[in-house]
Amino acid sequence: MWYENLRSIYYIALKDMKTYYLKPPAISWGIVFPVAWILAFYLRNPRNFEELVPGLIAMTVLFSTTAMEVVVINFELRLGSLERLLLAPVSLSGVLFGKILGGTIFGLMITAVITLVSVLSLGFSSVNILYLILILLPSLLVFSSLGALLCVLVKEVFEAQTLANLPRFLMVFLCGVFVPISNLPPVLKQISYILPLTYTVDGIRQSFGSAGDIAIAIDVVVLIALIPLLILPATRLLARRFV
Amino acid sequence: MIKAIEVSSLGKTYDGVVAVDGISFEVEAGDVFGFLGPNGAGKTTTIRILTGLSKPTAGSARVLGYDIASEIIKAKKAFGVVPEQSNMYDELSGLENLIFMGQLYGMPRPEHRTRAEDLLKTFGLFERKDSKFATYSRGMKRALTIAAALVHKPRLLFLDEPTVGLDVVAARSLRAIIKRLKESGITVFFTTHYLEEADILCDCIALLVKGKIVAIDTPARLKAMAEEKPALEVSFKKPLTKAADELGRRLPGLAVVRVDDRIRIYGGDVDIVLNAILGYARENGTQVAAVSSLKPSLEDAFVKLTGLSPLVMAAEKGGR
Repeated sequence: MWYENLRSIYYIALKDMKTYYLKPPAISWGIVFPVAWILAFYLRNPRNFEELVPGLIAMTVLFSTTAMEVVVINFELRLGSLERLLLAPVSLSGVLFGKILGGTIFGLMITAVITLVSVLSLGFSSVNILYLILILLPSLLVFSSLGALLCVLVKEVFEAQTLANLPRFLMVFLCGVFVPISNLPPVLKQISYILPLTYTVDGIRQSFGSAGDIAIAIDVVVLIALIPLLILPATRLLARRFV
Repeated sequence: MIKAIEVSSLGKTYDGVVAVDGISFEVEAGDVFGFLGPNGAGKTTTIRILTGLSKPTAGSARVLGYDIASEIIKAKKAFGVVPEQSNMYDELSGLENLIFMGQLYGMPRPEHRTRAEDLLKTFGLFERKDSKFATYSRGMKRALTIAAALVHKPRLLFLDEPTVGLDVVAARSLRAIIKRLKESGITVFFTTHYLEEADILCDCIALLVKGKIVAIDTPARLKAMAEEKPALEVSFKKPLTKAADELGRRLPGLAVVRVDDRIRIYGGDVDIVLNAILGYARENGTQVAAVSSLKPSLEDAFVKLTGLSPLVMAAEKGGR
């Protein structure tokens, strides 16, 4: 049973990669948008750009995964093809996890390219690859799951994209992407600790050899703990569409 | 032998609105079973419950011997579903769509490609196997959606309004496919609001109105329920304007009505009625052009059993 579910999850993710990775919303929000921000910050101030790289990598994780979830879930909700998957011998949570995996792999591809280009072009010498992997993998799953949770609330792609922008921009400004959370007012600082991007930014920053605000082990544990906390309500909300 | 479908007091209520109202029925293995009713009768809701897309609020059902509440995944391996909407993936080709379905159902790698190609040939789509689903005509999309439901060689096929939106040729072709499925031993459960379609295809029909089954039987028996009096219809070579009145006088107690240039006579002994018709024709210097016995149609049965007009059904979903 579990093996059959795993097999279906794999094929759903594979199909989504083949079907949706070149869809305009995935390219514009998942690739063009983070790249444009990175270029804008680089052109504005190339000298201090290195400080921004961890935050910009984290932002790439956030935007690439959530943009893909919008495409793989809401396109299918709108066209009714998600029902096609649910008619197959696979559990509803299996279908959803296949969708999350599709977003995770897309995010991994984009983030890997951005990270490699950043590391190679800026000559970072002390990148801890193990830390980076330990932070990036759960982060990709967390933001894919967050995207899935938001996407199952609405049906249309544009609705999901708009809804996803609320937490996206909130996190971009409160989680240390541009301004270190230690510089935030106390109230905002408290809020930043309940937002997952904080732990991603902090962990990537430490992977790049900078000092962090939180121990990296805590960053990893919090991110891993968030995965089921986001997937469970997403599964329940999706199930409510098929009562 | 296990019944293909066993439904017991099945009910579904959405926000206080009853969609399916305690229905019970059984479908024999190998039969074509039609669920006939107007929009909103509960046909699609029933299919969604039986295929695991929706949960019943009352009652129980077994599909191919599996309880839909606890063994739906096992049941899904043994049945296929053709939804009302042809919802395959636009971005994938016909072949890729079928291979993906084979993968989802766990078919071994070499087999799902062979099976997909065989089905594309069966459904006349092999020449377009590499074309994207989005480029298919409506009839081709429908055919591929049915092929997709057959990839894993199911023992039971659910079809929800299979011919809605198809032109006459495509609909006829699809009906031929359903007949072939029955010949190959597959049980077919389909919903329709086309009376003729149900009459042609089904071994058994359930008439569903407002969530309740009002009748369930073979098409022949349903039609027999509508048969009260035998009727003859006659036309003369020379139109006779007073024929209905005159024949009415010659056949006391029988209903004689004029329908355009034909006369319908309800009830009575056929020999007496025919003699009266022939005598009347002779006396008025004409001959009988045609005479036929009128058998009740499924439409007559539907009207009698449901109290609804067949126009209600024909007007829905761009009825033909």
